[in-house]
Order: sequence, then structure tokens, then C-alpha cells
Amino acid sequence: MNHLLRGLAPISDAAWTALDDEARERLSPPLAARKLVDFSGPHGWEHSATNLGRTAPLGEAPCTGVSGLRRRVLPLVEVRAEFELSLSELRDADRGASDPDLAPLDKAAHQIAVAENIAVFHGWPGALAGISEVSPHEPIPLGPVPDEYPRPVAAAVQRLLQHGVSGSYALALGGEQYTRVVETAEHGGYPLLEHLRKILEGPIVWAPGVRGAIVLSLRGGDFLFESGQDLSLGYTSHDADVVRMYLEESFSFHVATPEAAVTLSA
Amino acid sequence: MGFDQYHEPPEELPSATRTFARLCASLTEEAEAIGWYEQRLALERDPDAAAVMRDAQGEEFKHFSMDLEMLLRRTPAWRKIAQGVLFQPGDVVERAETVEAEVLEGESGSEGATEDGSLGIRSLRGIER
Repeated sequence: MNHLLRGLAPISDAAWTALDDEARERLSPPLAARKLVDFSGPHGWEHSATNLGRTAPLGEAPCTGVSGLRRRVLPLVEVRAEFELSLSELRDADRGASDPDLAPLDKAAHQIAVAENIAVFHGWPGALAGISEVSPHEPIPLGPVPDEYPRPVAAAVQRLLQHGVSGSYALALGGEQYTRVVETAEHGGYPLLEHLRKILEGPIVWAPGVRGAIVLSLRGGDFLFESGQDLSLGYTSHDADVVRMYLEESFSFHVATPEAAVTLSA
Repeated sequence: MGFDQYHEPPEELPSATRTFARLCASLTEEAEAIGWYEQRLALERDPDAAAVMRDAQGEEFKHFSMDLEMLLRRTPAWRKIAQGVLFQPGDVVERAETVEAEVLEGESGSEGATEDGSLGIRSLRGIER
């Protein structure tokens, strides 16, 4: 048994499979960052830091005749979303119930996906620098009218090209902005989503947690998500009525090319 | 260039499935190339030519292994079966039947679907929704 302590939970193998399937199904749609940035790993729960290849000066050396440097690394962060499930619901699932109430798991899955998106796209103070945080480009206003989104998106693509950042490009849209785009057909009925795809020559993803939108290059090598323990379901404790569990992951995120993304402010 | 790797209309397939199909096609091509070099090496009398072919076959071993690893990373159930079959001592058929039963009867269970107990989500590049 590993650190997730799944073997100690009063949960059958069949129910574990159902919970894993439900978590996977709920996590995949909102995990926007993983659809757009480079992914390395998973390197395991024991993996604690990302090598930056950089050093920092040290004060006095231990003795004369030598010099020293300290390696700089990027520590991984751990993110956990806790929840409780009713044991009677899980027993019903074992009996073949097709509609067990797994709403607390669904909520936790959405929360941890949003946390990952925010950390990657906007940063996590004291822990990680996000894409919009380090981008040197002045944010381009997205504006309130979805019909007019093609103009700032095209401007963002042009700015990336001017800085020598090749495509294809992707658009990460915050929840509100994504809904507007999907609902909108421009004059003549042409779907806005298709127009934006043609400008980007790349995907448009739903990115809950993102404020406004971000245009970024997909050429690779610019944004690195390093996974320690990939998203996992673990066990905390239980009583006669509920089992307390959590979704957890560890990761770091490093922007190698800050100019490879442009923020579109809401 | 053909598009024989698709058995369903490509425009209806998700991007991740099209990538999966391309990797499967690559895996097949590498395996074929390994077989072709094996046949040529069996007949080649010129030692210098044979050395070049052996080196080329080594490249195909590498390509085949990379394709296989990428496919296994994207398919937790396949990966779990492969882990139980590959590089294991004893009777291959017996091992395979045992592992298949374990994986298919309890797809994750308390130990999880992957070796590290995670959900096996990893990268979602190529998936838009």
C-alpha cells in the first residue's frame, strides 16, 4: 500500500473502480492547462523539486582556496481537495445502483482542476509563477461583446509573431467567456468558435478559473508542467456513515519563454 | 500517402484518438521493418553490409519501443497488462491469462488503475474538450 492508503478504506474494488472512473470523467474537461502546456512525469510522490539549471551565490566557502554555489530548484506544490461520501451510497453502488450520489467527489474534482488552471495561467503567490503573471506583453482588452473577440485574438497572434514566437496557437477561455463564444454566431450565422479557430490554427479550450483569456503558442518548450504524483484519489478516515477522502496531486510549473503568451483581459 | 490507419471517418474521431491510431500505425511499421531486416540478415553474406543492416535494425528496435511506450502511457489497462506480461519469467501464456483476469475483473480496485495509484490522467495534449 502506498501513501494514498486506499487499502484501508471500507470500499470494495468495484466501488473503487467506479470512483476512479467518475473522477477521471469529471477531471478531464476542466483540466485546461494539461491540454496546452508541455507535461513531464509523473515522477512520483517522492519527487520534490524541478531542476532549473541555475545557481545562487553563497557566502564564505568552508575554507580558503575553494568557492561554492548553491543550486536553485523549483519546489513542487501539493494540492488536495477533501470530500466525504456516504457509505450507504457506495453500498448501493455495490448492489448495482447506477446513480450513486457522488456529488461531493464531482465538486472536489472541479475545485482541484480550477486550482491547477489558476496556478498555471495566473500563478500561485509564493509557490509558482503563472503564464499571465510573467508575460511581458501588455494585456489586450477582450471587451464585453463576443462578436468582437476575433480582433483581440488576432492582435495577440500578431504580437506573438512579431516577437518570433511561432504557432500553432491556442486560446484558453475563462468559463464565462467560453460560454459566450459557444453561444455566439456572427453576422451571417458563422459560428464564432470556428472563426477563432481559423485565426489561431489551433484549439480553443474551456479553462474554468482563468480570468479573461490567454493566447499561447503550442510549438513546445515554452511552458513546462512537471508532475510528481499525478491526480489521485486517497483515503483519510471513516465512521459508520461516511468515508472521508481526497483528490491530490503534486506539481511544479515553469515558464521558459514568458513572451510566448498574451493575456486578454476580461 | 494513405490514411489506412482509420477505420472510422477521421473527421468524426477526437484528436486524441487520431494520434492513438497514428502511433498504432507507426508501431506496426516498425515491427514490419524489424522483420524485414531479420530476413535480410539471415541471407546477407557480406559482413560489412550485414553490420549496416544490424545497426539499422537496432534503430527500429528503438522506434518500436518508443511507440509502444507512448501507447502504454495513454492506456492504463493496456499498460497494466503489459507490466504483468513483459520481462516476466515463466510461461508467457499463463502470465498473460492471469494478468488479463486481474485487470479486467477489477479495473482499478484499492490499488488504483496505475502503478502509482493515480488516475492515470497525465497529459491531455490533443484533447480540446
